[in-house]
Amino acid sequence: MQRFLLLFLLLPISVAAEETKLSVPYSITTLSNGLTLILHEDHTTPTIAVNIWYHVGSANEKPGRTGFAHLFEHLMFEGSGHVPEGKFDELLQAAGGENNGSTTTDRTNYWINVPSNALELALFLESDRMGYLPEAMTKEKVDGQRDVVKNERRQSYENRPYGMAVVILDENLFPPAHPYHWPTIGSMQDLSAASYEDVLEFFKKYYVPRNASLSIAGDIKPDSVRALVERWFGKIPGGAKVPPVDAPPAFLTEEKRLMMEDKVSLPRLYMAWLSPRMFAPGDAELDLLSNILAGGKNSRLYKRLVYDLQIAQDVSAYQSSSALSSTYMITATARTGKTLGEIEHVIQEELDRITKEPPTRREVDRAANQFAASFLNRLESVGGFGGKADQLNAYYDMTGNPDYFNEDLARYRAIDPQDVSTYAATILRNDARVVLSIVPTGKKDLASGSATEVKPQ
Amino acid sequence: MKSRLGLIAFGIAMLAQAVVAQAPDRSTPPGTGAAPDFSVPAIQKFTLPNGLPVYLIEKHQVPLVQVNLLVRAGSAMDPGGKSGLASMTAAMMMEGAGKRDALALADDIDYLGAQITSTSGQHSMAVRLHTPVERLDPALALFADIVLKPTFPAAELARRKTERLTALLQWRDEARTLASITLNRTLYGEKHPYGIPSIGSEQTLRTLMREDCAQFHATWFRPNYAALIVVGDVTLKEIRQKLSAGFGSWKAGKGAAPTLSSIKQVTGREIVLVDKPGAPQTEIRIGRIGVPRATPDYYALVVMNTVLGGAFSSRLNINLREEHGYTYGASSAFDFRLLRGPFLAASAVQTAVTEKALVEFMKELRGIRESVSEEEVARARNYVALAYPSDFQTVAQIAGQIEEMVFYQLPDSYFNDYVRNILSVTKENVLRVARETIDPDNLVVVLVGDRKVLEQPVKSLDLGPIVDKTIDDVLGPAPVLENKK
Repeated sequence: MQRFLLLFLLLPISVAAEETKLSVPYSITTLSNGLTLILHEDHTTPTIAVNIWYHVGSANEKPGRTGFAHLFEHLMFEGSGHVPEGKFDELLQAAGGENNGSTTTDRTNYWINVPSNALELALFLESDRMGYLPEAMTKEKVDGQRDVVKNERRQSYENRPYGMAVVILDENLFPPAHPYHWPTIGSMQDLSAASYEDVLEFFKKYYVPRNASLSIAGDIKPDSVRALVERWFGKIPGGAKVPPVDAPPAFLTEEKRLMMEDKVSLPRLYMAWLSPRMFAPGDAELDLLSNILAGGKNSRLYKRLVYDLQIAQDVSAYQSSSALSSTYMITATARTGKTLGEIEHVIQEELDRITKEPPTRREVDRAANQFAASFLNRLESVGGFGGKADQLNAYYDMTGNPDYFNEDLARYRAIDPQDVSTYAATILRNDARVVLSIVPTGKKDLASGSATEVKPQ
Repeated sequence: MKSRLGLIAFGIAMLAQAVVAQAPDRSTPPGTGAAPDFSVPAIQKFTLPNGLPVYLIEKHQVPLVQVNLLVRAGSAMDPGGKSGLASMTAAMMMEGAGKRDALALADDIDYLGAQITSTSGQHSMAVRLHTPVERLDPALALFADIVLKPTFPAAELARRKTERLTALLQWRDEARTLASITLNRTLYGEKHPYGIPSIGSEQTLRTLMREDCAQFHATWFRPNYAALIVVGDVTLKEIRQKLSAGFGSWKAGKGAAPTLSSIKQVTGREIVLVDKPGAPQTEIRIGRIGVPRATPDYYALVVMNTVLGGAFSSRLNINLREEHGYTYGASSAFDFRLLRGPFLAASAVQTAVTEKALVEFMKELRGIRESVSEEEVARARNYVALAYPSDFQTVAQIAGQIEEMVFYQLPDSYFNDYVRNILSVTKENVLRVARETIDPDNLVVVLVGDRKVLEQPVKSLDLGPIVDKTIDDVLGPAPVLENKK
């Protein structure tokens, strides 16, 4: 009961009404083989989160093998040298543990949440697949997960309304030689081509201690955890350092207007731009702009398109931040009988307006207050996607400082209304963007303006 | 900053000591020892003078507060011909309250960085506030207005209706939505609230008037049908004072719930095939009528379902995903409700293997009745019981747990007995409840997919009569939305 309620007041101390100080105390060490270890204590529940980031994602893939980083992620759950196939999940389940993983363009993460008595089991499993995956790899396992991943692609992209739109957008925002040109899920053709030999090569190159960081948060005693991590991970050969991804520059020199048919009832408009990478100047300003344009009933696009004119069913604006470059996207679905041209016209009016005159102080404060509150929400859970262990790794990966919470929030607090307009004007240009209309099959006339038809592969 | 450097230096010292540790023995997985003690702090309870009960758990790690108002009314109280009313009432409560119109209300909530949502289920509705504690007072004032003084403006209702009619149109695109609507309709019929979508149909949505919402609210949003749940960085003394000020003058009332048609278990096997031409996958739902939340077999059913389809290494997922590669995932669940909610097994499989996947589903639904191993049951028990503490990390999670406890009138000791109750489920209990609830000869199979590809192979399995349906059969004709403005 005690452990649940009181404990260390590790977290935010309220300084003044507007200035909540955030802090997630941590320690960081590097093992002799190059593995980074981040620890954070939180005894709210008797639970420990073990979270590992490998600094490899679909941006590291070779042409002809798109989707491989993600396929590889699936294979990490299929057993390793001392863990027979199926046992990774069975052992964790029997201990009350849960686990998952995910792959983006830039990194692959894996997490295990366990009751605090089962930490060593989690370290055994996590270290075994880091040290001994090839011993247990077979062609049959690769084939099995290939089928699973193809079904993941069918479920999440092909059989989902509008599901292929993001794939088309990335293909057109980034040049073919840029690794963000292809989707993390990969193409069916490349998934078919992935081989057992590719798995071994990828493992040797990227799944080494020197290319990973391990973050452990929750009901821990840091001293004993350090010793346990050294015991289970310390003897794994460090491997070579992975050079940063060498991507060609990505820029648009024109407006591309595209159209695609899909099995949908209503047409949807996508407007997409290349934007500043994560944590670069402009990244936070565009987050704030998204809230001003499409966060809540009083946001400019929502209010006009959905609330006043009622010509759209929904509208969203989003800065999707990544390591090499980000994308900014505005999406709106037209109501029955409305065209995407009408929708685009209104969006353009609002973009022109915000590039010319800054948003009001209240709009900026309203958005910043919502960001500040969201930072508090992020301090509640230790495990899973977006838990504190995952966030410590994310901040470490991008900034070198695991406890970057305050600095991150300070970015939003420092934004002046004029900054929002400045970045809207420089990034959301009319002559450097992709405008995609998804229209119901047979209704090409609902597309916005004249557009080149594209078909998903 | 200084303390951080200190920690780093200390870490290096520890590392030097650890390096001499022996290489680990990987021949057997490390043991785990006894699970840590876990107990949820006692719920502090009090009652406002008007009878409104309040449940509080203090939690001071993060300066957040969650306040949930639970009301014992929902879609099951929709009057005849007005299905969708409870759901619309919940939505409309956010469209103006007290002196604020819809825009002013949203602006003030957003400005505080607070979140307020209003939702409805079959038997309950909830208005939930999540806010930084430093904004609690103004947020609570908005929350009280939404609960007590919604204004239900006619223009906002018209807007919400069009939004929902458009959503009905969009459901036609979504195979998984079509699959679950078809299953519910087939199991419960169109007369029972469990058999129809809670937002209603085109026909009933069009009949809803602002007076319907106002009356529904006036009938059911009463302290004698409600409970307040508070979790977060507040003390009993301060929250009692704040809630008394906000909710103390709320008056009791009396409502009459409509009589529901009876729920009949499925007899025989029926396959319902909804055509989605060209679909790359088939959405499969296999279901029967399940059991109410109040069943004495609740814990045994949770463990049994975990063996069958409630976790990654459950039988259905291992078979359909890991062994056969037919799908990205397969699972099963009991939807425990006040009345007998559905049991269902579900997956989305590649179209070409639909009939093979059905064979494996049927094999597993028979298999769980025939035998389970001690090892499987122990694994399932531990998974459910030992992961339980992780459901109590956030204020919203904890408030949700208390909502369930209050709504189903579970005993005060419910949370702290949960782990023991799960761990005491035996293999015999699991087999018994499997045999009582899962019957492969009497169930409904819903398939949403490309009929011309999958109909013949499925027919050749001879599972039962196949009823062909179109999307119009499931959802009615596409709503006609006039072009206004």
